[in-house]
Amino acid sequence: MFAWFLASPSEGRLLGEGRLRGPTAWVIAIMSFSILVIAAAGLALASTAGMLSQAIAERYSVELPAGASNADALLNAVRSAPGVASADAVPESEMRATLGRWLGPAAQSPELPVPALINFDLRDGANLAAIDQRIRSVAPEATVAAHREAVGPLLHSLRVLQWVAFGLVLLLSAAASAAVVLAARGALENHRFTIEVMHGIGATDEQVTSLFQRKIAIDALVGSITGAAAAALVLLMLSAGASFAGELTGGATLSGWDFLILICLPLALTALATWVARLAVLAALRKAL
Amino acid sequence: MGRGVSGKERKLSHVAEFDSVGLRYGTGAEVLRDLDFRLGQGGFYFLTGPSGAGKTSLLKLLYLAQRPTRGRIRLFGEELTGAPRESLPRFRRRIGVVFQDFRLVRHLSAFDNVALPLRISGATDEQVEGPVREMLAWVGLADRASARPPTLSGGEQQRVAIARAVINRPDLLVADEPTGNVDAEMAQRLLHLFTALNRLGTTVVVATHDLGLIKASPGAKLIRLENGSLADPTGTLRNPPRTSRVEA
Repeated sequence: MFAWFLASPSEGRLLGEGRLRGPTAWVIAIMSFSILVIAAAGLALASTAGMLSQAIAERYSVELPAGASNADALLNAVRSAPGVASADAVPESEMRATLGRWLGPAAQSPELPVPALINFDLRDGANLAAIDQRIRSVAPEATVAAHREAVGPLLHSLRVLQWVAFGLVLLLSAAASAAVVLAARGALENHRFTIEVMHGIGATDEQVTSLFQRKIAIDALVGSITGAAAAALVLLMLSAGASFAGELTGGATLSGWDFLILICLPLALTALATWVARLAVLAALRKAL
Repeated sequence: MGRGVSGKERKLSHVAEFDSVGLRYGTGAEVLRDLDFRLGQGGFYFLTGPSGAGKTSLLKLLYLAQRPTRGRIRLFGEELTGAPRESLPRFRRRIGVVFQDFRLVRHLSAFDNVALPLRISGATDEQVEGPVREMLAWVGLADRASARPPTLSGGEQQRVAIARAVINRPDLLVADEPTGNVDAEMAQRLLHLFTALNRLGTTVVVATHDLGLIKASPGAKLIRLENGSLADPTGTLRNPPRTSRVEA
């Protein structure tokens, strides 16, 4: 299957030396770098969105207006409701600390009304309507809100960004393919004489194509690996920031599958470049007799 | 001469058959018109005519660098006019071509240039080594095997081109003005090479202006082109005896 890739020294001499003199390897390296960084970002976004979505899927909050005296009774009612996995009151100090990010020291003022907040998680199959009814029987003024509704727009943005990253990977792959087509045509033009001689002697299109295919495959492989190595360095440098972001989202990181995809991308880019080069060379050769 | 002068040649099969063949480039006028002739197997032919008569175009049809715009060509007994291009390499491997400008690959050594047809036919480096060394020795270039064409003289390049053309023992050898770049002595040596190859059974077609070359080969047949047509369609030849007529 890959016999064409293993050239004998004499086959290697047919197109002359200077394998990496052309820009192909560098173009592929830049594309590989960009594709890997964008793909890593896209996969991280997907992971983050997935974890966030999972974390808040069954999470709800009950809010009591400031000054309400039945917060403890409400907490007990929620905890004992069928289908509730866990329920916790958010301490007022934590509420004020959160508000302090926007209000500053004013958030600590006793005059600032701070509502009571209870977060609870439901088990699968829990009846939310029954729980809501139970809450209203204890505190009619309480409001229940699903976390997914509040975080929905953020999740939507994450999903959009994830698809944008996917689209960019495709666009960059297409751009890399276009660069390979140009490189293949340039190589054909440079070696037109040799090709004419080979054809005249009885070489098939397949034989001529394999020479260019091999040359471009090697350039693409070198470029892809170079770009991937540079991308790996950048991603390592960004890893501290990624950890911080991971904490915000409950520890979202790249999974083993994600790393497998990232490792496969440079190889896929090499295969794509080789395939495109083959098609471009064959198409050009068919124009000759 | 070799088999090309045998009176029994008419009984042999034809290497090439041209029937009402015409050729034009693009939308221009026809450069070849109504060519009807046969090349017998093992024959030795000189293709002559003034400059611009269409000799090189005729050779291009023979070595499959061009398709005719009309008429029919059969090569080695097979119809080629409408043959798919994928089938052409199989025919080309049976044809050796000596180009007027040698057409050697500049970045390859003389050895690699001569080895090219064998490698294209699928021979390994080990299989190529012996025959190429032998062929280079045959053309007197054993000590120039690693030299690249730009470092070779015109005569040496010509001999490399000939060695490349004959290394596969082609059934048909086509040479376009092979003596155009060499002195008289070298021209004679080249003629001897062609004659020797012809004796081994190869049909030889040499396009030339060199009357000396033709006179030195009294048994060879003549094909004369004038203004894109056979000047002697009846096959009456001036140089060789009657038995060596072109079969028209």
